[in-house]
Amino acid sequence: MASEPIHPGSEPNHARRFGLIWVISSLIATPLVVLLIGPIMPPGHGSEQASGHVTDNTVLIGAATPVLLLVVLYLIYAIVNFRQPKGAALEGPAIHGNARIQTTWIVVTSILVISLAAYGTIRLLEDGAGAGAGPNPVAVPSGPKLPVQVIGQEWAFTYRYPTYGGVETPHLVLPVNEMIELHVTSLDVIHSFWAYQLGVKADANPNTDNVVFVRPTKKQTFEVRCAELCGIWHGYMFDHGQVVSPTAFALWIKEQQVRFAPVAKYLPKYARKYIPEPIRRGE
Amino acid sequence: MTATADAELVPVPSRRPLWRRLLGFNLFSAVILGVAGYYLGWWIGHQINGPSFEFQAKTNENDVALMLGYFFGVVGFLIGLGFANYPVSRLLGRPASLREKEDEGMGRYFGLCTDHKVVGIQYLVGIGVFFFIAGLNAMLIRVELLKPTPTAIGPNQYLSLVGMHGTMMMGMMTSGILGPFGNYFVPLMIGARRMAFPRIEALTFWLLMAAGFILTSTIFFGGFPTGWTGYEPLNEQAVMGMDSYICFFALVGVSMALLGLNMIATIVAHRAPGMTWSRLPIFVWSVFATSILMVLAAPMLIGALLMAAFDRTINTAFFTVGVGGSPYLFENLFWFFGHPEVYVLALPGFGIVLELLPVFTRKPLWGYRLAIAGMLGVTLLSFFVWQHHLFVSGINAALRPFYMLSTEIISIPTGFIFLCVMGTLWKARTRFTVPMLFCLGWTFNFLIGGLSGVFLSDTPLDTDTHGSFFVMAHFHYTIMGGLIFTFFAAIYYWVPKMFGLKLNEKLAKIHFWSLFIAFNSTFMPLFVLGMKGMPRRVSTYAPNLQGLNMWVSISAFVIGLSMLVFLFNVIYSLIIVRKPAEADPWHSKGLEWQTPTPVPVNNFETIPVIDSDPYEYGIPISHHGGAEPLPAGG
Repeated sequence: MASEPIHPGSEPNHARRFGLIWVISSLIATPLVVLLIGPIMPPGHGSEQASGHVTDNTVLIGAATPVLLLVVLYLIYAIVNFRQPKGAALEGPAIHGNARIQTTWIVVTSILVISLAAYGTIRLLEDGAGAGAGPNPVAVPSGPKLPVQVIGQEWAFTYRYPTYGGVETPHLVLPVNEMIELHVTSLDVIHSFWAYQLGVKADANPNTDNVVFVRPTKKQTFEVRCAELCGIWHGYMFDHGQVVSPTAFALWIKEQQVRFAPVAKYLPKYARKYIPEPIRRGE
Repeated sequence: MTATADAELVPVPSRRPLWRRLLGFNLFSAVILGVAGYYLGWWIGHQINGPSFEFQAKTNENDVALMLGYFFGVVGFLIGLGFANYPVSRLLGRPASLREKEDEGMGRYFGLCTDHKVVGIQYLVGIGVFFFIAGLNAMLIRVELLKPTPTAIGPNQYLSLVGMHGTMMMGMMTSGILGPFGNYFVPLMIGARRMAFPRIEALTFWLLMAAGFILTSTIFFGGFPTGWTGYEPLNEQAVMGMDSYICFFALVGVSMALLGLNMIATIVAHRAPGMTWSRLPIFVWSVFATSILMVLAAPMLIGALLMAAFDRTINTAFFTVGVGGSPYLFENLFWFFGHPEVYVLALPGFGIVLELLPVFTRKPLWGYRLAIAGMLGVTLLSFFVWQHHLFVSGINAALRPFYMLSTEIISIPTGFIFLCVMGTLWKARTRFTVPMLFCLGWTFNFLIGGLSGVFLSDTPLDTDTHGSFFVMAHFHYTIMGGLIFTFFAAIYYWVPKMFGLKLNEKLAKIHFWSLFIAFNSTFMPLFVLGMKGMPRRVSTYAPNLQGLNMWVSISAFVIGLSMLVFLFNVIYSLIIVRKPAEADPWHSKGLEWQTPTPVPVNNFETIPVIDSDPYEYGIPISHHGGAEPLPAGG
C-alpha cells in the first residue's frame, strides 16, 4: 500500500489552527445562544418552578454549545483537511494515542458533568423543581400551603380541596402567588399529571401519594395533560386549568362547594390515597 | 486441537428426493409442528380454564390458552427444526453429529445450521424483515400524526402500532449487530473455527424468529395499548394481545441471554494463539461488553414478564395494588433491564465505528485502551442509572440526586469513544467510502443524542421533558442515529465478505445522504415539539403543532423512501447484477479479510498465530509535528 513519507514541515499547525477556530466560535456562539435562545426556552414563566426550568435550560444550552461546537467543527475540519488525495493510497501517521490529551479530556469532562449534576441537585433541593417527590418530599418549602389533591383515572383528572371540605371538582383553579401542595394519586392505572406552563409533572400511581409543590406567579390559563400512557384515550386526557386572584378563587371554591354538595355524600372521606378495586383478569 | 476433530465431523452432503427432505427436520416441519403445538396449548388452556372464569367466558378471552398455545407452539417449532435431535440421541446412547447442516447449498439457510456464517446471514435477513415491518408501523404512525385529529386510524389501532413499532425495534434490533455481524465475524476476527456453542447459536436465532412471529400475531388478539414498556396495571387491564407482548419479550430475553453467554464463552475460550486481550479487535471488545449487559440484564426482563404473565393468567398479585403488589415493582424491574438494554443497542455501534475508522483513515485506532475503558465503563455504569426513567414517579425521591449523578457520569466513558473517534481522524488520510460516511453520520447523531441526554438526566428539566416527544427524539438519535447507522455501515463494509458481491456504490451514497438528511429533518423538530409540550404516544395533539408535525411526517416518509433505495440496492446488486467483489476491497488488515471468500466451513486451513496489534496502519513515526508518539492508549 503505502508510499511516500509525510513531511512534517509541509503541513500547517493544525492543532493551533483548530484550537483557535473552536475557541473563537465558542466565545461568539455561547453568549449568543444564552442571550437569544435562553429566554425562549420552555416552559415560560408561569410559576416559580417554571422560571427555574428556564434558567436551568439556559445553563445547560450554554454548557452544551462549546461541546457541540468542538465535535461538529472538528468533524468539518477533519473532513476538509485530512483527506486521501484523489486516486492516491497514502497511509496516515501511526499515532496510537496521546497521554496528555487523554488525561486532560478525562479531567475536563469529569469536572463538567459532576458540576452539572451538583447544579441539578442544588436546583432540585431548592423547591422540588416541580417534580413529583413521593409521599415524603425531602425539600419542603416553608410558609403556608394550599393542599390540592389531583386524582387521575381513565381518562380524566379530578381535583379535591381538603381545606374546603374535601370538595371534588372536574376543574383545577388555583390562587396566584400562593404555594400549592399538590397530592397526585390515581384510582386505576399509572397516569402522569403534567401542567405544562407551571413546570409541574408528577406520576399518578394507584395507592400512592405523590407530592409536588408549585407557586404560580401570574394569572393565566394553563394546559393539563396526562404524560404517561394510560390506555386508548390517553391522548384525550387533556384539559385547561386556571390561575386566578385569591378573591376570585375564594368565590369559585364556594361555588363549587354548593354545586357539588349533592354528590359529596357519595364521595369517600378525603384521604392521601385510595385503594382502588384491584384490576383482576379472570375473576 | 479441536480443529482436526471438528473437521472429521462435518457430514457428507446428501442428496435425497424432495419428499424425503420435506419430511425431515426443516422449516416446513417446524411450521407444521409449531401450528400443531399452538392448537394443543390452546386446547389445554380451555380445558384448564373452562367456563369457570366468568370474565373470560364473557369476553371470549382466555389468556391461559393463548400463553400455553404460544409455549407449545414454540416448543413444536424448535422440535421440528431438529433442536431435540442431539439431546435425544445422546439420551439414547446413539452417536450424535456435533455440527449440523454444514454442507453446501441454499437448504442450510432454511433450517437448523450450526455454521456461524450461515447463522450470521440468517440473522441479517431475518432481522431485516422485522426491521422493515417495524419501520412500516412507524410510517403508519406518522400518517396518523399528519392531522391533529384522528384520521383513518382509531386510538386503539394507533396505540397498537406504537407498541408494535417500539417493541419490535427494541426487541429484534437488540441483536441487530451482535446477531448478524457478531456471529459471523467474531470467530473470524479472533481466529476461531466456530462459536463456543454452535447449537445454542442457532437456537438464539430461531427463538428470535418465533418471537417476532408471536409479536406480529398480536394484531389477531386486539393489539396491546402499553407501548414497549408494558407498564402495570395497564398491562393487566389490556386484552389478550398483551400476552403476545409478554411472550415475545420473554423469548427475546432468553435469546439475548443465550447469545451473550455464547459470545462471552467464545471470546474467552476460542481466541487463536497470540490473540491476547490487548490485541483483540475493538469490535470484539464491544461485543464482549454488550454480552455482559445481555447476560446480566435479560434475566431481569424474563422474571418481570413471568410475573406479569402469572398476574394475567393465574391471578397472582405481584403488581396488583391492594392485595400486596405494586406497579412500582414492574417499573423497577423493567428499567433495571431497560436501561442496560439501551446500551446493548448503543455499544455495538461504538465497536463498529471504532473498528471501521482505522481502515478508512489509514491510521491505527487512537486510544485503543481508552476505548475499551469507555465501553467497560458504560457497561458497569448502565446498571446504576435505571431510576432516571422514574424521576417524577415519586419512587425513592430522596435518591434522585444519586441517579442524576450516575447518569451524568455515564457521559464520561461515552466521551472516551468520541475522543477516540476524533483522535483517529487526526491527520488521517480519510477515504469517504459509504461505510465511512455512515460512521461520520453516527458521530454527529450520537453527539446530538448524548447532549440531549444531559438535559434529560437533569431532574428539574426532566420534569418538562419526561413523557414528551423530547424523550422520543433523544432515543431515536441514540438508537436510530446510533445503532441503525452503524448497522448500515457494517452491512456496506462486510457484505463483500459475507456474499462475495459488491453493493452498488452510487445507490449506497444516495441511501446514506437521503437517510442522514431525512433522519435529522425528522427528529430534530421532535425536540421542539417535545419542548412545546407534545406528549408521546398520542394520536391527537394541539392544533398549533400541526405544521411541525406535517414536516416531521413528510421527512419520515423520506426515510421510508431511503430504505426502499437500500432494499432496491440489495435486490439489484446481490440478486440481479451479482458483481463479484475483490478479496479485500477496503484494504483492511483485519483477520476476517485474510480468509478466502466464500469463507470455508472451517474458516481457517490452519489456526492463525497472531503476532501484532489489530490496527497496523500508517507510517511509523519517530517524530511528527514535534509531539512524541506514545504507545497505544498511552
